Amino acid sequence: MKSLAELEAIRKATLSRINLRTEDDSSTTRVVVGMATCGIAAGARPVMLAFMDEIAKRQLNNVTVSQTGCIGMCRLEPMVDVIVPGQEKVTYVHVKPEMVERIVDDHIIHGRPVHEYTIGAAE
Amino acid sequence: MREIALHLLDIVQNSVTAGAAHVEIGFALAADGMLTMTVKDDGKGMSPELLERVRSPFVTTRTTRKVGLGIPLLMQNAMASGGGVALESQLGVGTTLTATFNTASIDCLPLGDLAQTMATLIMGSPDRPDFTLTCASPAGKMDFSTAQVRAVLGPEVSLAEPDVVRWMQQSLTEEIEPILGGIMR
Repeated sequence: MKSLAELEAIRKATLSRINLRTEDDSSTTRVVVGMATCGIAAGARPVMLAFMDEIAKRQLNNVTVSQTGCIGMCRLEPMVDVIVPGQEKVTYVHVKPEMVERIVDDHIIHGRPVHEYTIGAAE
Repeated sequence: MREIALHLLDIVQNSVTAGAAHVEIGFALAADGMLTMTVKDDGKGMSPELLERVRSPFVTTRTTRKVGLGIPLLMQNAMASGGGVALESQLGVGTTLTATFNTASIDCLPLGDLAQTMATLIMGSPDRPDFTLTCASPAGKMDFSTAQVRAVLGPEVSLAEPDVVRWMQQSLTEEIEPILGGIMR
């Protein structure tokens, strides 16, 4: 394995940042990526990592990225749900890594869902 | 699926769902171009009856619909190259899947981005199971273990932290390339 000394440095840097986070679930925005056979085949893997990168880059401490299985609309994969506390869930469809920056900026940061990427626009 | 590594991402979700504590992933490339992928877990295992039927696309554990294409698609792609898929399982003990691909065949998928698959798997299940990855070819051998990473990080820092995920992905990319680089693209 690569140098574990590097990992030790990452651990220290992360620990100091973790303390800034709130553990309050009611303020956490959730990004959920479909990762069943259909999602993976349609390209969900780089989408998931793009969300992780974009959220880390903007230091959004109250946003989590997680995975889910097939929800039965395989032809619309890759699908991503963005759940902002107190607002209705928004489902994005046919998501590509290059769409991620705008979803994070417009929707998660500024509270304006990107309607043209949503399931409502696709159907 | 356009990569063997995407099949891996899909198949390992079954081990996670089966409640495995350890998932051992192996890639061995022989001098004649035969690639053997193994996924060994200590999840809940399958009964002989389910094991018999699991290759069928009309068998699945999910509840949203009645088809499951993970194993059938893997079988189709392995067989198209001149390889195949073998499954062993015992209830309460675990399951081992072995897929072989003839990488010399024009119909064989590329291995693809194995490091990205590992990063995605670990990010999706950072607390459990522990994953190990072993890659071997005539060019050399590498080992990776999330237990080792966890030992350095301690209990407070999750393996899903973006900096940790990226570190693992880069480290894996660097280590896999010299061994399996010839079949990645």
